[in-house]
Amino acid sequence: MIGTFAAIVGRDVTLAVRRGGDAATVVAFFVVVVTLFPFGVGPEPNLLARIAPGVLWVAALLAATLSLDRVFRADLEDGSLELLALAPCPLVVTVLAKVLAHWLTTGLPLLLAAPVLAILLNLPWDGFEALIGALALGTPSLSLIGAVGAALTLGVRRAGVLVALLVLPLAVPVLTFGVAAIEAALTGQTAAPHLMILSGFLLGALALAPWAAAAAVRLALD
Amino acid sequence: MSWHLLASPARFMRYSERIRPWASALALGAIAIGLYQGLFASPADYQQGDTVRIMYVHVPSAWMALFCYTAMAVSSAGYLVWKQPLAEIAARATAPIGACFTALALATGSLWGKPMWGTWWVWDARLTSVLVLLFLYLGYMALADAFDDPVKGGKAASILALVGFVNVPIVKFSVDWWNTLHQPVSVARMDGPTIDPAMLAPLLIMAAGFTLYYVALVIVRMQALVLERRVRALQQVAAGA
Repeated sequence: MIGTFAAIVGRDVTLAVRRGGDAATVVAFFVVVVTLFPFGVGPEPNLLARIAPGVLWVAALLAATLSLDRVFRADLEDGSLELLALAPCPLVVTVLAKVLAHWLTTGLPLLLAAPVLAILLNLPWDGFEALIGALALGTPSLSLIGAVGAALTLGVRRAGVLVALLVLPLAVPVLTFGVAAIEAALTGQTAAPHLMILSGFLLGALALAPWAAAAAVRLALD
Repeated sequence: MSWHLLASPARFMRYSERIRPWASALALGAIAIGLYQGLFASPADYQQGDTVRIMYVHVPSAWMALFCYTAMAVSSAGYLVWKQPLAEIAARATAPIGACFTALALATGSLWGKPMWGTWWVWDARLTSVLVLLFLYLGYMALADAFDDPVKGGKAASILALVGFVNVPIVKFSVDWWNTLHQPVSVARMDGPTIDPAMLAPLLIMAAGFTLYYVALVIVRMQALVLERRVRALQQVAAGA
């Protein structure tokens, strides 16, 4: 089972990397969205520093949501999802492997790009540790919650906006505590409680989301 | 063929038709009495004055918003476990009603917030989580209608209803967990209600009226959905023959 898990992760990551930079597109989208804000609200450094945590988190959330379509859809269209579901490995494990692959190709690049953008937005140094910690704990939750939305909309032809409508409300708690962690660090408090709650969300999503996503995948294959 | 869809809904159509007039009449009566009691017969609050009367619509709507989502989640679970089509129809019929109650709770809360807190809206835990509840209703409705095949849409939406149910306890306990402008629980408390009986009575009558109104409305909507499925099944039979 562990072998299958690793094989699926490896396959999905290879596909994402070789398909001409799926991961790069997501990061590019993230960068473009964040750079829109100085144009939108003006280049005043204090204002940018003030809104930087929220802007980075919202942009990361949007980037992660927009990339959800590729978690299952390509595999459904070329039929390989059906074979993966028929394999002796439980579907929950397959789903979990695909979620991990999605995180490795979107969450991780976002995590690497975020500090650079934070410098551009003039985020004070005190917030960097919390920013990276919160994104490291929060983005896997987003991938897990997003996989449920992606799987639920597999049977829908134009799923793009619908996925966002389903996933974004469920991601609100992650966003809230992700931003709160950075704000706490910026005001000289400890970010630890917020990071712990984010870990709690991650564990909860890890326990529940794969089952819901697997049920939805099975429904799409009926 | 989908004849099994007709088997148990037929019995539902017979019984629900008997309950519907009673539920409608009782709902109208309870809401009329509750509104009279709340708006005219009950005392004004010593601090809030007459503004407190918004409570008689706001609080029951907010209760119904949570009640409807819970009913939707329970029906969805019933549908996913026992494959009972009527449960899915109940959940689907409940969603727009719940969304309207949620919108009503938000709107009346906003009207109440302006004179009391000095603002239409604050981004605190209770208000935000109710707003998310509204989005969950909208997402459920959008997903249920997005499929060409209503059975598949029903199944997908049922899974979503269960996933979204995590928000219900967050709404319920948000006023206890976070410091917010919104007042804490004052009716369903372990040590008894802290609200005056003269205000509690019309509030409970209104809540009963809203619940009966929900029952009447959900029956009408379920009957319509059953008829819709029946038409679809007959069309399929006709197309096949």
